[in-house]
Amino acid sequence: MQTYQDIILKLKKYWADKGCIIQEPLDVEVGAGTMCPETFLRVLGPQPYNVAYVQPSRRPADGRYGDNPNRLYKHMQLQVILKPAPADVIELYMQSLEAIGIDLTKHDLKLEEDNWESPTLGAWGVGWQVMLDGLEITQFTYFQQCGGVDLELIPAELTYGLERLTAFLQNVESVYDIHWNDKWTYRDVRFADERQYSVYNFELADVDMVWKEFELHEAESRRLVELFNKLEDPEAIARFPLLAAHDQTLKCSHLFNILDARGAISVTERVGVIQRVRNLAVGVAQAWMKQQHSPAAEEVAQ
Amino acid sequence: MSELLLEIGTEEIPDWMIEGALADFEKRFRETLDKAGLAEGVSIRTEATPRRLTLVAEGLALGQADREEVLSGPPKQIAYDDEGNLTKAALGFAKRAGVEPSELKVGDDGKLRVERKVAGRPTAEILAEALPEVIVGIYFPKTMIWAGKGGPRFIRPIRWLVALLDGKVVPFEIAGVASSNKTNGHRRLGKAGLEVSSAADYREKLAGNAVVLSAAERKKRIEDGCVREFPAGGAAQVRGNAKLLHTLTYLTELPTVIRGDFAESYLELPDEVLETVMLVHQKYFAVADAKSGKLVNSFIAVANLDGDPDGEIRRGNERVLRARFNDAQFFWSTDLKKSLADRVEDLKVVTFQAQLGSYYDKTERMRALVAKLAEAAGADAETAKAADRAAELSKCDLTTGMVGEFPELQGQMGGLYAAAQGESQQVSDAIYHHYKPAGASDDIPPTQAGRLVAIADKLDTLGGMFRLGNIPTSSKDPFALRRAAAGVVRILVEGGLSLGLSDLARMADAGEHTAALREFFVERLRFTLGEKGAKYDEINAVLAADDDTPVDAAARCSAIAAVRPTENFEPLAVSFKRIRNIVEKAGGVDVYAAKVVDEALLEDGAERALHGAFTNLSAEAAALKQQGEYVAALERVASLRPAVDKFFDDVLVMAKDDAVRENRLAFLAHLLRELSGVADFSEIVTEG
Repeated sequence: MQTYQDIILKLKKYWADKGCIIQEPLDVEVGAGTMCPETFLRVLGPQPYNVAYVQPSRRPADGRYGDNPNRLYKHMQLQVILKPAPADVIELYMQSLEAIGIDLTKHDLKLEEDNWESPTLGAWGVGWQVMLDGLEITQFTYFQQCGGVDLELIPAELTYGLERLTAFLQNVESVYDIHWNDKWTYRDVRFADERQYSVYNFELADVDMVWKEFELHEAESRRLVELFNKLEDPEAIARFPLLAAHDQTLKCSHLFNILDARGAISVTERVGVIQRVRNLAVGVAQAWMKQQHSPAAEEVAQ
Repeated sequence: MSELLLEIGTEEIPDWMIEGALADFEKRFRETLDKAGLAEGVSIRTEATPRRLTLVAEGLALGQADREEVLSGPPKQIAYDDEGNLTKAALGFAKRAGVEPSELKVGDDGKLRVERKVAGRPTAEILAEALPEVIVGIYFPKTMIWAGKGGPRFIRPIRWLVALLDGKVVPFEIAGVASSNKTNGHRRLGKAGLEVSSAADYREKLAGNAVVLSAAERKKRIEDGCVREFPAGGAAQVRGNAKLLHTLTYLTELPTVIRGDFAESYLELPDEVLETVMLVHQKYFAVADAKSGKLVNSFIAVANLDGDPDGEIRRGNERVLRARFNDAQFFWSTDLKKSLADRVEDLKVVTFQAQLGSYYDKTERMRALVAKLAEAAGADAETAKAADRAAELSKCDLTTGMVGEFPELQGQMGGLYAAAQGESQQVSDAIYHHYKPAGASDDIPPTQAGRLVAIADKLDTLGGMFRLGNIPTSSKDPFALRRAAAGVVRILVEGGLSLGLSDLARMADAGEHTAALREFFVERLRFTLGEKGAKYDEINAVLAADDDTPVDAAARCSAIAAVRPTENFEPLAVSFKRIRNIVEKAGGVDVYAAKVVDEALLEDGAERALHGAFTNLSAEAAALKQQGEYVAALERVASLRPAVDKFFDDVLVMAKDDAVRENRLAFLAHLLRELSGVADFSEIVTEG
């Protein structure tokens, strides 16, 4: 039996052998691995970058108090970015599945059109959902635009749903029955997490406080980007903490998701709040591009 | 004659785009041949799988024919000086034409002339130059770049190119990929880098490497597989679906049918839910009992492999389906705990459209519309009451978990929940079908109450959107208003509801755009009549007579189609057109129809005879029209033909005498006007 952690370790090893940096997860709450600077900002600009990391992805509205066998408030994604995408990227991906013991002459793999778009990130790409015996196991995207900016090098983003993949390989019906290692199950490790955060997100989050927090982080992100946009000195541009501004944006995105799950955002408000987060993300992305192309940054790149 | 094999090797192309791309590929290639003068006698075939677009051209010439080219230079007077020597201008011309000065001759037109042979270019060279543009220019609805900013756009990255002219590589490059003689087999069951020498060899190598190149053959593999699992005449049959079959044909290179089963307990879920999960979400065919048509606990999946010897694929698909059905079962039981009636209040927080309020608001408007429609359509009290209740509950399923998960089931779920919660069948049926017709091939709601609710729903959307100025343009119709309006028209026509478009447009409350909405309906009526097989001139004739009541217009359209083949009809149409032209030229039908005909001024003979025949027939035709006897009415009008023919043979309309002429024009205008109640004959286009 391959355990959950075996599968993660094998996939990390596989991509490490293919030349990827193995990063650790971002320590700010995100809804998807795409939002991490390792993806969202790194795909911008002219520098190649290959990275893989497991990112816990939190979607408060998807929480089910630990009752649903397939839905989770927080699930783990293995995020792989290959920038630019090599010509044999699909072959590499298929070999990664073989590395975790999936015999693709005996399992049906199909690439079905699924284009990805994130209004909050001003990002879109084209690609597929990868179906294995009828189960969606990976989202495969060629990014085209991020933060409203056309990309210079086209990256491939591979997002593996680790719980689904493991449940498939271990042939269990519920993610909670996944063997994390030989001794503990997914339930042992994560059930309390799922139950408690469902209670918090659906029932107890202090709506006024979360709104206040949202506004504070929004103001900080905006303040930083406005400061940056006034800079002219190349050195000042190069050292400016846009990554901190990005963190503030991510905070907003997560707080929005909590408010949404809590039912605190009316349908009419919703579009407007998404637009506010998007404005922050696009502001950071565009500033980041400017920073990447500043003389100081280009010198470092050479 | 030569053979060209072209293969564009790509990553998986979305299934629904492939056939269009192949057609465009062929068109663009043929245009290139045409431009180069190489198209004659060439036959082209195309094939595709998700990973390749292939074109084979046979009967290609190896090169363009050589041709004679004539260059014309300066006139003799300028080309030679007084001594008869060549001038600078002449020498310059010789140089440009690439000939020795001694070869210059004077042509019949008195100008210098050079005849030279231009060698035709080899086909390989022309293709090498043109093919990159042919390929990259193939139209796809959504394209991407993969080779960096400024690189070519295509549907998915191009990974290899085969271009062989009689076995020799035609060299070119797209985004760093050079053409070659190497193709690739199935991703896992075939080899990569297969060398091919001809189209036949290519086909054979692919077949040997787990790729069925022909879409027709792949389709047949799926169909045969279905029959193998569930033989014809057996107790259960695969429920065919042309769209899914097409999808699976272009999602696979080696389709293989896999049968799966699920627990019978899931059959407690409505068939609608089971089939949506299987068909839409899992791309499985459902299987139904041959007698009852009810689903049974099996499904058909199609894998892109040669088989499933260990049953792994079957088990995997069964497991996924189980999880999906479990979700559905959870939604079904949870949703049923709260009645639709208790959900009406919840609609207040579900936005229909920012400026048009919530679904609660929409529901209230729909109820008011249903009341008006029921009265106008003369519906009985029971139907009106059921329609009102259905309208009230129609949108409540939007708040259910099932519709949240499977939005395509909206309406149907409402109907199913209503039935399960004890609403009358009339009410639940009306809710179930109120989004119908979903498209040109879909039926209208089967019951009167359902039709009233369906019209009210669409009318409310149309009225609201028009009022806000969201009027569709030829290219943009984001709210699918055309479909909504066509739906209304079809329900009126096919449901036999005698409601007028002016009234409907007014009820819809489209504000200053009420007239535009009415026109929009007329345009859809025109379209709908065409869809039903009416010829465009018949539609024009009918709508010119009266375009307000669709069901009536449709009846008159059928009447024309019935009367058209009779001997008098088309000749009379010609005469009517002639009358219209004459009267229009003289001042207009409206003008003359307003005048009174003075019978004393009619000429004896053909004119008086026609007037007499017209007077007899006019009242009769009007009475027949009144009774809806359109065929009879048209036949009566057509019977006027001999009198009309005689009139034109004997009478000159534009008489010299002013009074006679004016009176005659007035008579003809009356005739035209009064006999055009069912259809305006002068709109009929006749041959010759």
